[in-house]
Amino acid sequence: MMNTPQQVKNPSTSLKSRFITRFLGALTKINAEDPISSPSPTRIFQRYRRIKVASNKSMAYSVRSRRIWSRAMLSRFRSRRSAFSGRRSSVKTTNCTTINVTINENKTAKGGLDMQTDELRELVPGGEAMDVCNLLDETAHYIKCLTTQVQVMRKIVDFCHLSK
Amino acid sequence: MSSRRWRESSRTNISEEQITQLLSTLRQLLPEIPHSHSHKASSAAKVLKQTCNYIKTLHREVDDLSDRLSQLLATIDADSAEAAIIRSLLI
Repeated sequence: MMNTPQQVKNPSTSLKSRFITRFLGALTKINAEDPISSPSPTRIFQRYRRIKVASNKSMAYSVRSRRIWSRAMLSRFRSRRSAFSGRRSSVKTTNCTTINVTINENKTAKGGLDMQTDELRELVPGGEAMDVCNLLDETAHYIKCLTTQVQVMRKIVDFCHLSK
Repeated sequence: MSSRRWRESSRTNISEEQITQLLSTLRQLLPEIPHSHSHKASSAAKVLKQTCNYIKTLHREVDDLSDRLSQLLATIDADSAEAAIIRSLLI
């Protein structure tokens, strides 16, 4: 298989391979459960949603619990699963309210940095509870993972085009 | 609320240097955007803003690629795809 002598197994390579394996597995499953021969807009939209979730989930599972953002994302997925059983969790609304309140508080607080990180905190999973150092560190890793996601998905799209 | 204040007091122990270092790590991940005025002195605010924009861009790309995949899906054969993709990405 991959027995090129120069190939150094570094963590990012393994992360990429893990993500590829997981994501392709998820795509195969989606394809098997919902064959593309039914092109209704609803079906295609549902498939798009499932693929997007599969992509984010595959990356979060590939990172496992090594990162705050991946742990936050994984627990989000788990709580979403239980929410589908009927319980609508209002946790998300509470968090947004907290963020809005602290924006006003921070006008008197030490750094303008706190206000500036508020938008970032909403974008990075689990960002609301991180201190600034963690936030910046987690953001860097999150960006690296997102770019890997995009890179792999592009390759898959290209591959699909080629094999047509 | 109280956890926010606790975080603020612990932040005074985090040095400016640490934050600057983390910010420069972030800046290196961001795509090059030719700005006429900002050459070297990218303030923290600018880096954070660019980071937020970049993350939003990446989210949109995942969205867009998911959309395209949803229409292309039938042609995937996972095993051969996996081998080919891993090979092409790791070279």
